[in-house]
Amino acid sequence: MSERVLILGATSAIARATAAAFAARGAALYLASRDADELRRISSDLHLRYGVAVHHGLFDAEATDTHPEFFKGVISAMPDLSGVVLAFGYLGDQLAARDFSVGEKVIAANFTGAASILSICANHFEALQRGFIIGISSVAGDRGRQSNYVYGAAKGALSLYLQGLRNRLYPSGVRVITVKPGFVDTAMTYGLPGLFLVAPPQDIGERIVRALGKSVDVVYLPWFWRYIMLIIKHIPEPIFKRMKL
Amino acid sequence: MKKTISGWGRYPVQSCKLERPERYADLRTDAACVIARGQGRSYGDASLNQNGRVLLTERVNRLLELDLEQGILRAEAGVTLAKILDVIVPKGWFLPVTPGTKFVSLGGCVAADVHGKNHHHEGSFGDHVLSVELVMADGSRVTSTQNDKAELFWATVGGMGLTGIIGEVTLKLIPIQSAYMKVHHHAAENLEQLFSYMQDPDNDDRYSVAWIDSLATGKNLGRGIAMCGHHASEEEVPDDFHGGIKSARSCSIPFDFPAWALNPMTISAFNSRYRKKEGGRRYPFLSNYEPYFYPLDAIGNWNRMYGKHGFVQYQCVIPDATAFEGIRNLLEELSGSRRPSFLAVLKRLGPQGRGMLSFPMEGYTLALDLPIRDDGLFPLLNKLDKIVIQQGGRVYLAKDARLSADSFRAMYPRYDEWMKVKKMFDPENRFNSSLSRRLGIGEIE
Repeated sequence: MSERVLILGATSAIARATAAAFAARGAALYLASRDADELRRISSDLHLRYGVAVHHGLFDAEATDTHPEFFKGVISAMPDLSGVVLAFGYLGDQLAARDFSVGEKVIAANFTGAASILSICANHFEALQRGFIIGISSVAGDRGRQSNYVYGAAKGALSLYLQGLRNRLYPSGVRVITVKPGFVDTAMTYGLPGLFLVAPPQDIGERIVRALGKSVDVVYLPWFWRYIMLIIKHIPEPIFKRMKL
Repeated sequence: MKKTISGWGRYPVQSCKLERPERYADLRTDAACVIARGQGRSYGDASLNQNGRVLLTERVNRLLELDLEQGILRAEAGVTLAKILDVIVPKGWFLPVTPGTKFVSLGGCVAADVHGKNHHHEGSFGDHVLSVELVMADGSRVTSTQNDKAELFWATVGGMGLTGIIGEVTLKLIPIQSAYMKVHHHAAENLEQLFSYMQDPDNDDRYSVAWIDSLATGKNLGRGIAMCGHHASEEEVPDDFHGGIKSARSCSIPFDFPAWALNPMTISAFNSRYRKKEGGRRYPFLSNYEPYFYPLDAIGNWNRMYGKHGFVQYQCVIPDATAFEGIRNLLEELSGSRRPSFLAVLKRLGPQGRGMLSFPMEGYTLALDLPIRDDGLFPLLNKLDKIVIQQGGRVYLAKDARLSADSFRAMYPRYDEWMKVKKMFDPENRFNSSLSRRLGIGEIE
């Protein structure tokens, strides 16, 4: 039986690439995001390119009260859902640190919304004793830095959440994979100064799908970010607090 | 993001403010002037906007609708022909017109009203476009077709992106029975023979193109190979035929060649080898569509062969009546200048289309790749311009990096008509590029 995958936050560059990589191996898709026009465009594109069935529906990560109803809709369109990719995220800007009304949105989009929909997905797959959950977090969640610590804190919380979920769902045979991309060439990073080793989203998408076939739990993309973050995590705090990263 | 960029010829190089929208709704205009850039495969400065906004459309590239009964495709303008072919060829459809590379955007094909090897039979790209959706200067979206808002449509076809941002394009495809081409080569010893091959209806085919040995002089001037072909029918492809399927051999030029790498000696060595190999094929043969239409696509970054100073592709058309004389004059000027062109290609063009600034007109078009080595190249090209104007021909804007405003006006008599439409839809001249400013296009007089 071929895969059926729900992509949450389907209009980002990484999500588009991940959806394309799943479609390329014959998976049927359910694309979800807030942007109805983009959903239609991406759905018809993936359908025409890969000949797979592509459903789509509106999903707002921050409107957590709508999540149960949304997920029911997904299951009625795709009863044999095999897995979920959580790809939404919101970087905000520097203001997030100074102005809590901006910071609150960053936390709501990256963590609260994720925790809400993931709990629904987790219960669903746990009951079926199968399925997978791929959560796209960020290397920014590995250590707090002055440049984006509100985003980092929300993504760090998501990483911890996924870790706990993996632990809980292990006995049920449900895979939980945490993906931590470094710099990826997307709208989020385009034109930002000081980026290096920027990866094309197509590579990231293909590697995310490939991770399913391996027995890995936490994937840094591209791989060398594991070692970059290893170093960054081990810089002693008395030194780190003086650094400008 | 500020960045220095260039077209495919790598001349000129200019600093532009790049934006790269990912959503269709983000194809937006504001008060600052802007030009859309697809794959940056125009050769000169058509997709540049020095110190101004350049809108990269590469991520707004979705296929939206494909009617397999009628062969009609609707897609976002940032999609490449390569991606379109990947989808339509296995389903038995092909592009109605294709330029010599598939790594161009759909929007670019409309903006430059590109032509292929079948112009003498089927016209240019714009003739097969059913509708175009433009993001206008005032931010609205306007759909035009060959009949509805036709003046906007034919100002946009060939309009070099200066009427608005091309967002979506609907294209009529042509049916094919196989992915193969049936190709016939005719070797010619001189220009006269080459012309007579190309004019002879018995040799003619749906597609025709001629390669010219640019270094041959005297009685051999214009020596070359006419290459004619058509999409092979089912019967023409034997069941056991597997040859020519997409060759795995593709390479990429990893660095700029030094300036001396292409010199009369190496070019002549290449030309004589090419002439022997390709000219020696006396009988029709089957070829995959890719090497036939896109021979240079197999070499990634081939523009680097011309060295870091870049090159100019000089492509002009000479009307039928004086085509032979005109092309001979151009080749003589070139061989007299001792500036070897690595590539010289001759094609037939059919009657002029309706695009007001479109390049094609009935006659013959010659394309020459000329490396920029010193200041002497530009005076030579100005001389070629004079010959072209004298013969009533014109230079192709998609390849151009150096034409003067006066020569442009002399070559494009429908400019005034185009300008009326431009003023109507873009009164503040928000859509402009380095090319349009160089040629004085769109300036409100």
